[in-house]
Amino acid sequence: MSSPSSQSVKVPPSPSVEGAEGGTAGPGAEPARRPSAWRSRRYRWDTKFSPYAYVAPFFVFFVAFGLFPLLYTGWASLHQVELTAPTDMNWVGLRNFSRLMSDEFFWNALRNTVTIGILSTVPQLVIALGIAHLLHYKLRGSSFFRVAVLTPYATSVAAATLVFVLLFGRDYGMFNWALGMLGVDPVDWQNGTLTSQFAVSTIVIWRWTGYNALIYLAAMQAISPDLYESAELDGASRWQQFRHVTVPSLRPTILFTVVVSTIGATQLFGEPLLFSGSAGATGGSDHQFQTLGLYLYEQGWVNLHLGRASAIAWTMFLILVLIGLVNWLISRRLTKSEKGSRS
Amino acid sequence: MQIFAVRKTAIALSTAAALLGGAVLSGCASDDAPAGSSSPGTDKTDADKKGKTVLRIGVFGAFGLKEAGLYDDYMKANPDVVIEQNSIERNENYYPQLLNHLTSGSGLSDIQAVEVNNIAEITATQSARLMDLGKAEGVQKDAFLPWKWAQGTSKDGKTVGLGTDVGPMGICYRKDLFQKAGLPTDREAVGKLWAGDWRKYLEVGKQYKAKAPGDTKFLDSASGLMAAVTGGDEKRYYDTDGKVIYKSNPAVKEAWDIAAESAAAGLTAKHQQFQKGWDQGFANGQFATVSCPPWMLGYIQDKAGDAGKGKWDVAAAPKPSNWGGAFLTVPEAGKNKEAAAKLAAWLTAPAQQAKLFAKRGSFPSAQAAYSLPEVAGAKHEYFNNAPIGTIFSQAAKGVPVQIIGPKDLVIAQNLADIGMLQVDQKGRSSEEGWNAAVKAIDNALDQ
Repeated sequence: MSSPSSQSVKVPPSPSVEGAEGGTAGPGAEPARRPSAWRSRRYRWDTKFSPYAYVAPFFVFFVAFGLFPLLYTGWASLHQVELTAPTDMNWVGLRNFSRLMSDEFFWNALRNTVTIGILSTVPQLVIALGIAHLLHYKLRGSSFFRVAVLTPYATSVAAATLVFVLLFGRDYGMFNWALGMLGVDPVDWQNGTLTSQFAVSTIVIWRWTGYNALIYLAAMQAISPDLYESAELDGASRWQQFRHVTVPSLRPTILFTVVVSTIGATQLFGEPLLFSGSAGATGGSDHQFQTLGLYLYEQGWVNLHLGRASAIAWTMFLILVLIGLVNWLISRRLTKSEKGSRS
Repeated sequence: MQIFAVRKTAIALSTAAALLGGAVLSGCASDDAPAGSSSPGTDKTDADKKGKTVLRIGVFGAFGLKEAGLYDDYMKANPDVVIEQNSIERNENYYPQLLNHLTSGSGLSDIQAVEVNNIAEITATQSARLMDLGKAEGVQKDAFLPWKWAQGTSKDGKTVGLGTDVGPMGICYRKDLFQKAGLPTDREAVGKLWAGDWRKYLEVGKQYKAKAPGDTKFLDSASGLMAAVTGGDEKRYYDTDGKVIYKSNPAVKEAWDIAAESAAAGLTAKHQQFQKGWDQGFANGQFATVSCPPWMLGYIQDKAGDAGKGKWDVAAAPKPSNWGGAFLTVPEAGKNKEAAAKLAAWLTAPAQQAKLFAKRGSFPSAQAAYSLPEVAGAKHEYFNNAPIGTIFSQAAKGVPVQIIGPKDLVIAQNLADIGMLQVDQKGRSSEEGWNAAVKAIDNALDQ
C-alpha cells in the first residue's frame, strides 16, 4: 500500500518529463529514448497495478455473489415480497424481524440449531483430538490412516445422509436391529426430539471429524519435540504430556476449529433436510430437527415468502457476527494470558 | 496522501472489475444460450440443428414424455424441429426455480410442466406470463376431462395449462394377505366391500386386523388415506371465492377423522409415504392395502419387486377421487412460442396420452383416449392382469370438478406431514395433531 501511494504523489510535480511528452508527441516521436522510458513506465505500472489485478477475482466474485446478495437480502427483509412476484415489494419496515420474536417456529429452530450444534461439535472435536493424537504416533502405513480418516469428508452430504437414513430406519434399520440383539426395543429415531437430533449430529460428526483431526495433526507436528523430551525427563506420563504439552500448544488451532465448526453448525442444512427424506423442510412432524437453515428454506422456497426468509437469513448472519466477536474476545484474552505467562 | 492512495486504489479496483466484469457477463451469456435456437446441445450436433427449430421442454422427475418416445415421434413427423428436455428430479426444487424464471423472464424452456398442486397458484399469479393454449392450434377442449380443463384455466378464462395425466384413485391390495385374513380376494368382491363409503374401508380394516397374518397392517399410512379421501371432495381447502376454508370445511374434517381413526385403531403401518421405510414396507409385505393412483403402480412394482409379483391386485376405491397429475404450459417469453404451443397441443392430444399410458402408466386426462384400445383394453401384468384401463377410467369420470387454490400444496403438506404424521407416528390425539397442523399452516400462509 505504502509504495504505490508515495509514487503516486511523486508523479504530479514532474509532469513535463513523461506525461506531456507522451501526450503530445505520441509514441515513436523519439525512437532513441522511447523504448527504455516506455519499458520503465510499464514496469512501474506493472508493480503498481498488477497486485490489484491478482486479488481482483476474489473481490469481484465476492461483490457479485457475496456482498450484493447480502445487501439485497437485507433490503428484501424489510419488505413483504413473494416468490410469485419478486418485484412487487411492499415496505413493512422491521416487521419481518419483530415477528420473529413471537414466532415459535423460529425459536424452535434456533433451539434445535444450538442443541444439534453442541451435540455435533463437542464430540466431533474431542474425537478429532483423540484421533490426531493416535495418528501422531509412529505408525505403520500412517498415510493410509490419514487418508482413511479424511474419506468421510470427501463423500457428498446427500450420499452420506441417505445411508444414515437407512441405518436409523425404524422398522428395518441396522441400528435398531443391533439394539434388538441386545434386547433393547426399537427406537423411532426420526420422531423423537433427542433421538432425531442425535441422529443428525451423528452424520455431521462422521463427516467432519477426520477433517478436524488432520488439522490437529498438522498443528501437533509443529510442536517442538524438545518439549516432550523435557516433560519426559520430568517424569510426565503420556497422558500428562498430552494434557500439559499437546493441548496448550494446540490452543489457537482448537479455537480455529471451534469457530469453523460453530459457523458450520449455525448454517447446518443439508443433513437435516435429507434426513427427513422427501418430506420437505419441516424437519420432522414436530419440527423436532428443523434448524435455522431449514426454516429459512421452508419460508423462502416452500411457503414462497422471500421477505420473511430474508429476515431469517439476516438474523443468522447477525448471530454469526456475534459468534465472531466472542471468538475475537476469547482469542485476544488467550494471547494476552500467553504473553503474561511468558514474561 | 491518504486520499490519493484511496482514490488510486478505487481506480485500480474499478479497472480490474471492468475487465473481469466482461468475463463474468459473457459467462452468463453463454449460460443463457441454450434457451435460444442455435445452441450447442448435448445429444445433437450443431450440424444436425442448422436451420431447425429447437424446442426445449422443462419437466420434473421422470415425466414420461421422453421415455414413452413421444419426442422421437414428433421429430420424425416434423423434421424441422429438434426437441430437448431438461429435467429436475424433484418438483419442490423445480417449482421455485420455474417461478424464478417466469418472474424474471429468462432461463425458461419453451414448454414448462406444472404439477397439479401448483397449477392454481400458476393460473392465479402467472397467467399473464403464459400463453392462452385454449386458443392454440390443434387443441380440443372437448377431448379433456372437464375438471382437468377447468384446473388449467385462470379466472379470466385463459387456459394456460393443458392437462397431461390425472391420478384417479384405486385401492391396491395384497391378495394373499386378504385370503389369510379371511377376506374375499376377487377384485370385484373386494371393491364391493367398501363401495360408496370410506368408512366401510375402515370397517374392512378392522375385520382384517382381527385376523391379520403376522405383524401385517391393513394400510400403509394415515396421511395416504387422508389424501385419497380429500381427492374426491368438490370443496377442499378453498371455496369458490378463493377463501381458505379448510378449518371449517366438513369434508376436510371428515377426511381427517377417517384417517385419524385408522391410526387410532392401529390399522396403519405408521409410514410416511415416499420415504425409505415405506419402500421397505412394500418389499417386506408389511401392509395389505394402499390407495393407489395409476402412477403409483410402477412405484409399487419397483419397490415390492419380484417377491410381490402376482400377490398384488387393484380394486375400485370407495369413491371416485383424484391424486396428482400435471399440465404443460408455454411461457410468453419463449422465442418459438407458436411452435411450442403446437407441440404442447400434440403431446396432450388423446392419441399421445394413450401411448403415454401404455408405456408409462400415466393415466390420460383426455377422456377421448379412454375408448382407445391402448386404454380400454389395458391390463397390468404385475397386478394379476387387473383391467386397470376400465377401473381407472371409471374412477376418473366420477371425479368432481374440484375447487383448487394457490396454497393447496402447503396446506395439504402440513396437514399430512405435520398433523396426521403426529397422530400416526407419535400417537398424539386427533385434536393435538389438528392444532399443530393449523398452527403450521397459519404460519405458512401469513405473508
